[in-house]
Amino acid sequence: MNISKQFDRQTLLLRISGELDMQTSETLRQTIDSEIERRGIRQVMLNLKDVSFIDSSGLGVILGRYKKLTALGGALVITNAQPHVLKIMELSGLAKIIRFYTDETLAFEEGRGAS
Amino acid sequence: MNPNQIELSFSSRAENLSAARMVIASVGSQADLMLNDIEDLKVGVSEAVTNAIVHGYQNDPDGVVALMIQSDEDKIQIIVRDQGCGIADIELAMQPSFSSDPERMGLGFVFMKSFMDELTVDSQLNEGTTVTLVKYLQHPPSSH
Ligand SMILES: Nc1ncnc2c1ncn2[C@@H]1O[C@H](COP(=O)(O)OP(=O)(O)O)[C@@H](O)[C@H]1O
Ligand SMILES: [Mg+2]
Repeated sequence: MNISKQFDRQTLLLRISGELDMQTSETLRQTIDSEIERRGIRQVMLNLKDVSFIDSSGLGVILGRYKKLTALGGALVITNAQPHVLKIMELSGLAKIIRFYTDETLAFEEGRGAS
Repeated sequence: MNPNQIELSFSSRAENLSAARMVIASVGSQADLMLNDIEDLKVGVSEAVTNAIVHGYQNDPDGVVALMIQSDEDKIQIIVRDQGCGIADIELAMQPSFSSDPERMGLGFVFMKSFMDELTVDSQLNEGTTVTLVKYLQHPPSSH
């Protein structure tokens, strides 16, 4: 798994590629947590376009970061999830909790109240 | 004809999850499954092997996880076995959202059930756990 990081004003954009399982999602957890603590990041956007696999361990890490960020007054949104990744997120109930966008532009626009 | 068999045993380390998924993906594609069905098999194996590592062996990397796959023209059967701590109450463990670890979602068995056609769990405390998953293969109607 690979994570590319980009900052757009207050938002941390993470583009993830590869598989999100128990092993790899641990890296994602550490990345987000350290940005929250070190840089005071409160808005996170996860682009999952190149995530080819996710299981309940990966979902658990995403939900955990979502909860942490919302408790701090922030937010976490997801963009570009592939159909089978979206399917598992729907089955888990995560899709009812976390906001999903088809692409980054839409997510940014809505985030800035420009919808 | 006897079913085709693959048996793999590996250390209870998270880095072996991707190898386990690769093996089942390969069996699935040999069986001409659709990509969706191969994804389902990968989720099933990933959940069962993760449980063996994190729950069965409580992240001790020196345990051994066995993955056995049998396939014939009707179905693919996957057995994941650990010799870890076992499950005290299988019915409770299989309930949606139940987890003995507050950081986890308690959805592993839910996913195994939804993405596979059959799920059987056998467990003995302090002896280990065996999870059996079955996926039936659908064939186009025969022409005779
Ligand atoms: N191989 C195993 N060995 C011991 N306990 C297990 C095993 N598999 C599952 N369990 C128990 O069943 C519970 C539910 O499993 P699961 O549905 O995968 O959720 P999660 O892994 O998120 O806890 C686990 O929290 C654990 O207590
Ligand atoms: Mg599990």
